[in-house]
Amino acid sequence: MAAPVINKSTPASSVQSLTLGKALNLGLRTAMEADPKVIVMGEDVGKLGGVFRITDGLQKDFGEHRVLDTPLAESGIIGTAVGLAVRGFRPVCEIQFDGFIFPGFDQIVSQVAKLHMRTQGRVKVPLVIRVPFGGGIGAVEHHSESPESYFAHTAGLKVVACSNAVDAYWMIQQAIQCDDPVLFFEPKRYYHSGFMKAEIDTEATPEPLFASRVVRQGSTATLVAYGPSVKVALDAATAAEEDGHSLEVIDLRALSPLDLAPVFESVRRTGRLVVVSEAPSEASLTSEIAARVQQECFYSLEAPVLRVTGFDTPYPPAKLEEEFLPDLDRVLDAVDRSLAW
Amino acid sequence: MSSPEQWTHPEPREGPAATAAAPTSEQVIAGLRATSEGGPELVQLLTPEGERVENPEFDRYVADVTADDLRSLYRDMVLVRRADREGNALQRQGQLGIWVPLLGQEAAQVGAGRALRDTDMVFPSYREHGVAWCRGISPKDILGIFRGTDHGSWDSTAKRFHPYTIVIGNQVLNAAGYAMGQRFEGKVGDADGEATMVFFGDGATSQGDVHEGFVWAAVYDAPLVFFCQNNQWAISEPTERQSRLPLYQRARGYGFPGVRVDGNDVLASLAVSRWALDECRHGNGPVLIEAFTYRMDAHTTTDDPTRYRHSDELEAWKLKDPIERVRVNLVRHGHADQDFFDSVQAEADELAADLRDFCFSMPQPPTSQIFDHVYAEASPVLDAQRDAFLAYHADFAGGEH
Ligand SMILES: Cc1ncc(C[n+]2csc(CCOP(=O)(O)OP(=O)(O)O)c2C)c(N)n1
Ligand SMILES: [Mg+2]
Repeated sequence: MAAPVINKSTPASSVQSLTLGKALNLGLRTAMEADPKVIVMGEDVGKLGGVFRITDGLQKDFGEHRVLDTPLAESGIIGTAVGLAVRGFRPVCEIQFDGFIFPGFDQIVSQVAKLHMRTQGRVKVPLVIRVPFGGGIGAVEHHSESPESYFAHTAGLKVVACSNAVDAYWMIQQAIQCDDPVLFFEPKRYYHSGFMKAEIDTEATPEPLFASRVVRQGSTATLVAYGPSVKVALDAATAAEEDGHSLEVIDLRALSPLDLAPVFESVRRTGRLVVVSEAPSEASLTSEIAARVQQECFYSLEAPVLRVTGFDTPYPPAKLEEEFLPDLDRVLDAVDRSLAW
Repeated sequence: MSSPEQWTHPEPREGPAATAAAPTSEQVIAGLRATSEGGPELVQLLTPEGERVENPEFDRYVADVTADDLRSLYRDMVLVRRADREGNALQRQGQLGIWVPLLGQEAAQVGAGRALRDTDMVFPSYREHGVAWCRGISPKDILGIFRGTDHGSWDSTAKRFHPYTIVIGNQVLNAAGYAMGQRFEGKVGDADGEATMVFFGDGATSQGDVHEGFVWAAVYDAPLVFFCQNNQWAISEPTERQSRLPLYQRARGYGFPGVRVDGNDVLASLAVSRWALDECRHGNGPVLIEAFTYRMDAHTTTDDPTRYRHSDELEAWKLKDPIERVRVNLVRHGHADQDFFDSVQAEADELAADLRDFCFSMPQPPTSQIFDHVYAEASPVLDAQRDAFLAYHADFAGGEH
């Protein structure tokens, strides 16, 4: 069989304006061009290009052996990806929606996370599991969840979440290059949002993958968020400006390992922290952040660390998701409470 | 060497595996679909042209079906299709977030649904609006799922129709457990025995849960009918991505019988389902039914099937329409006149209008519903969270902020 012809994606200029979804697509394409061992696998990722079209065109250009429309089974997708990784491939698995990762949970926790340690480092598992996550798309059950804390809780896994198109482009490539397994969370509700379009310079030098970033500077209080909540935090900061409050916003990007040094530094200046996440709060990443900040910044805190999160309930029917999801008002309310402490 | 029917490894000693084991994708598809024209494996009682064909094995299960019954099966299918089309239209008009169409699968579902007794239990997937109808569940009770107000408002215990399950394959194990319970309680063993029927798709057969469901039901002799609607597609993936073997043949590997029925033939679906349920009632379960049918519409209203399948496939299946063949049969035998068809149509339009009105008047659910029924027993922590949020919410709604 003749090798498939690869359409070089390199445009005339190295700067392109892309949505978050298109940025991921280009990042995947670039990684596949760079390394023939990178393969994409999942349900409907081939001909259809995925239900969100993130893998659009990849099967056409790289062939059916590098972009696999797999049988319908998440344990199968992740379990075979482990075997492929053992064999030297770098599989990128797509989980169709957050709520459908659980049939693959056993493979993730028992094999993906532990194989390197069980083999005294002889076997690496460089696979990426892409998960569209979060709500706000008006979907039926199991399509709007935020399960990242389960994975951050599991030693041996690295977990990241992108919040914007530029990061999406770089982070997916860095995750693929990482020799550890990476759970890669994508804010699905912004995949195709025009306002998320950004200029991406494909020749720029990206920041390290496992580093958080101050995305807005401020001095009154600190907001920490990741994934889709970053936009909520930024919107809140803009609104707070009118009330004379200057909020600093930090995009965590890395959820495990957490890069909290910039958060500690910020909180030592502002004395106040509000953590925003769509996930339920109980025993979660937001609890972890609150615990570490109170430990590291105890004498700087002017108020307890507050959290604005989804509730400790199953994700509600779509007509109620607006109330469930952290929004600008709930974030500002928490800021007010922090300031009034 | 390899006929369209023999594209997997041959039986041992039957020939060189090396050649037969590498089928072309055309051979795989041809094999999986070989019986769509009515091969020896496919149980069909009504041809697409509406002709009643004899079947020595299954005829007796529908020997009691009168012209009245056939008209009533026709009516069910027309009403179910009409409600389905209305659901689709309501989504298009922004009244529903999404709709999952059953178009083309009316005969499979109505045949199975009408074979069930009140004492039987059903575990649906998410496309079984036709089975729901046969359980006496109004399409109105399904709307909330797709409008985003609830997860289905029928009483699943009273109707013996479990909530829809969206996570592919989960319900198959749940059904196996329920059926084990029926057996443990001594409710199987004679013609009055209970049975359970579980619905899932061709794609679902790849899930571990479905495999485990087959194993559990088999080793506990559970009175469970596995009703697999093979509608040829799992979103964009053809059945060929899930199996090298016609799905009904998998049953043998687990130690119970499997039958492939023409899923567009309501009479055959009724007959085979009655047979399978009867086996289960008597303690001879489980049984697998593969209803060979076609998803005539998109996977859901958010799907665009033109990206992955040819329209000529759709055109070919249109000729096998489940409703049309019953209509032709009724007309040919003089069992229904124009008045009958008109009255069913009028009834269908009324059902749709009623559904529509209902949809438009569905209220926004109260915010407190987010916190309802999370636990059977009180959770003080969650109660406090609810009270705090409702207070904030009330304050917010009332104040200027
Ligand atoms: C565990 C899980 N993975 C993925 C999905 C997304 N999904 C919804 S329907 C579907 C295809 C199902 O195909 P099939 O079993 O043939 O049933 P059909 O929709 O054709 O009735 C997929 C992949 C899901 N709902 N659950
Ligand atoms: Mg299907």
